Amino acid sequence: MKRFAKLIQQLELSNKTNDKIAALVDYFNYADDKDKVWVIALFTGKKPKRPIKSALLKYWAIDITETPEWLFAESYSNVGDLSETIALLLPPAENTSDFQLHKWIEDLHNLEGKDDETKKDFILNAWNKLETQERFIFNKLISGNFRIGVSNKMLVNALAKQSSLDSAQIMHSIMGKWNPYEITFNELINGIHVNTDNSWPYPFCLAYALEQEPEKLGDVSEWQAEWKWDGIRGQIVKRNGELFIWSRGEELVTEQFPELHFMIDVLPDGVVLDGEILAVQDKQVLSFSTLQQRLNRKTISKKQLEDAPIGFFVYDILEFEAKDAREEPLSERRKILEKLIGGLAESPVIISPAIKCSSWEELAELRQTSRSINSEGIMLKKLTSHYHSGRKRGDWWKWKINPYTVDAVMIYAQKGSGRRANFFTDYTFAVRDGENLVTIAKAYSGLTDKEIKEVNSFVTRNAIEKFGPVRTVKPELVFEIAFEGIAESKRHKAGLALRFPRILRWRKDKKADEINTLEDLRQLLQSTL
Amino acid sequence: MALIEFTKRGIYCKQGDFYVDPWWPVDYAVTTHGHSDHVRFGNKYYLCHTLTKPIIKRRISEDLNVETLEYGENIIRNGVNISFFPAGHIIGSAQVRLEYKGEICVISGDYKIEDDGITTPFEPVKCHSFVSESTFGLPIYKWQKQEMVFNGIKSWVNDNITQQKTSVLIAYSLGKAQRLIKNLAGDIPIYVHNSIANLNEVIIAAGVNLPQTIRITPETTKDELQKGIVIVPPAMRDSRWIKNLSHPVTGICSGWMQVRAHRRWQSADAGFALSDHADWPGLMEAITATGAEKVYVTHGFTAAFSRFLNDEGIEAAEVLTKFGQEDDEENKVDLADQNESK
Repeated sequence: MKRFAKLIQQLELSNKTNDKIAALVDYFNYADDKDKVWVIALFTGKKPKRPIKSALLKYWAIDITETPEWLFAESYSNVGDLSETIALLLPPAENTSDFQLHKWIEDLHNLEGKDDETKKDFILNAWNKLETQERFIFNKLISGNFRIGVSNKMLVNALAKQSSLDSAQIMHSIMGKWNPYEITFNELINGIHVNTDNSWPYPFCLAYALEQEPEKLGDVSEWQAEWKWDGIRGQIVKRNGELFIWSRGEELVTEQFPELHFMIDVLPDGVVLDGEILAVQDKQVLSFSTLQQRLNRKTISKKQLEDAPIGFFVYDILEFEAKDAREEPLSERRKILEKLIGGLAESPVIISPAIKCSSWEELAELRQTSRSINSEGIMLKKLTSHYHSGRKRGDWWKWKINPYTVDAVMIYAQKGSGRRANFFTDYTFAVRDGENLVTIAKAYSGLTDKEIKEVNSFVTRNAIEKFGPVRTVKPELVFEIAFEGIAESKRHKAGLALRFPRILRWRKDKKADEINTLEDLRQLLQSTL
Repeated sequence: MALIEFTKRGIYCKQGDFYVDPWWPVDYAVTTHGHSDHVRFGNKYYLCHTLTKPIIKRRISEDLNVETLEYGENIIRNGVNISFFPAGHIIGSAQVRLEYKGEICVISGDYKIEDDGITTPFEPVKCHSFVSESTFGLPIYKWQKQEMVFNGIKSWVNDNITQQKTSVLIAYSLGKAQRLIKNLAGDIPIYVHNSIANLNEVIIAAGVNLPQTIRITPETTKDELQKGIVIVPPAMRDSRWIKNLSHPVTGICSGWMQVRAHRRWQSADAGFALSDHADWPGLMEAITATGAEKVYVTHGFTAAFSRFLNDEGIEAAEVLTKFGQEDDEENKVDLADQNESK
């Protein structure tokens, strides 16, 4: 556990990818094999089942430290993390422990089904033999995620460096279905479990945003242009008579989309398709807000099935005849795709059309029409490109249309969490509605550290009222808010909600009376319906 | 009638007609210590501890009119008995005890309980009312014993030297820097920035025993620095000078480093929770020891800390200071060090 605690500290303190990879490699060189498996599991989001609710941890900590609940809340708002707040509040440990990470996880696992008293005894005893940083990690094992800026890609690179195995193979292995209680480190990174696993998806190939003129990419005929759809990126996997649908978040979402289940009869075994899960009616893509009604639901009503029918726009084929097709050039993969599902009439599974154009200018003009078909721009893929693992510069580009923007004034500020705890970084914005200001969005990204400090100092000086962690501030600072879409909303006072709002820039040149009005946004909403 | 009131210019004693640590120019400024948010330019007279005098003369101006007191000494001003007691915050820091017609009020300035080995240790003073800081007035702030923190810093430095990295510690030039020097002095040479070296000279001249350090000059080689410990003030933190060192790694020494979010926010390579302010148990200990009937809470987590005291049966009120209510430590000390660097 001490080694793992040190690793976490190193990862948190460094901003440099090379340092982080070095820390990971060092860890994988010396740590216990069983611990290593768990570290991979934790960093890729395979959390052990939680034997104890975090609310209970909190109450026990409050109980033994005799901290009033409001003071706990104040402390939490300063720290920004529950596990850490508890770790810091507890009195110094009286004992020490050399337990390894996997031992703690197993012991926690064994608490499953025990009564609260037993659990409490175990936790209190554990707290009393762990140092602050170890306690923090211990609490995280029970209640949280390890969000420490280690992407799958970074983890895989470190593993590849440490083991001298191929990184794509490791990515493939760790993304699959495996049980950290059973698999050994060597089995895991060598991918012993992968072939026997029918559900296995591939790492998605991701694109960078195009920041240069498309002309610089060379001749337009070397590229395949497609609409960039705004849905849930997914993979449909059909192997040995079983069908699986994966979302980009590496979650299995098969049950959520019954409209796609017919593919089990259509697709031959050994096929993996990459595409976008969308709300689709009469082969037309509906808005993202329609799709949203269908996301993250355990049960789906008949009405939801009717109101928001699901379709799948296929981008690519990654496996065909049970063979990895990712090394084939895109043009070849496209041909296979056409043969395989081009003939599916009247089906909600559609090959995402390639846009025909003879010049970049023509394409640029077409791009301007994106919004009219609920697309957010254009994807450019080199016809000779392989299907890469993850993000790679050069072969695939996303050429999005510019976002919508609105000028709004900040009226509330709240302290951030994590790295940003203690600075007012979460702001609520309003537009003008006659004499009043009405809130339209909350946003927390898009400012530089320097600007955050400046806004922070404004908030401290201009706070009008205090509601717990929230400050009402003088409506004075104007920001340009970018957003991807707009939808009606009964939950919001304004009657509409912005999608992906974020701060584009601080408009120091504008005064609060120059901001947009609610009427401006209503008109925009009407125009998109 | 209360002995002190809180005005726009700062804490004011009407009976004695003087201010304690005023923010705006006044006739007579009683000064708790030499940090720039407690002592400013432009007062007609200053009253401070003997050791603070050369510090403020150096930092502000040689022309200041300064009277001094030793710890335990007193003077009478308009019938108010003013005396100083050690606050343990930095060299020369004092709690100001005011007595008038049997009524006693103590203004703590900034303070810490732990003996740092270089500052005269904190001494509790019985009083009726007590003005306490609350910079770290939340129960999440509990300091490790300083030996542990210094061991952590030493092993970090040793690791850096073996890995050919240059260890750069970021510390306030007045207070934290001298504490580091005193506790890290050993086989590894310590190199200090000009502003720290200047203050060290003043402090040594005043009779304080401070280990040997080396002033960084344009002639100091990167190789020398890589094999030593470099201490610079916060204003230098993002400087090109540091970037140009041989594989520099920075470590921030501040109580805020107790919390991960602060450590990450600072984007340093290491954070050491070393503070010259009292932690939560320290604040409670100090306040209980004064036996005060009324506590005024300033600077820091004033709302939470005063609420807690009231819940505990100690009458407490929150006092707003000119500085922001929360966590403005960084800003205030940066100011001091920016002045230093000029």
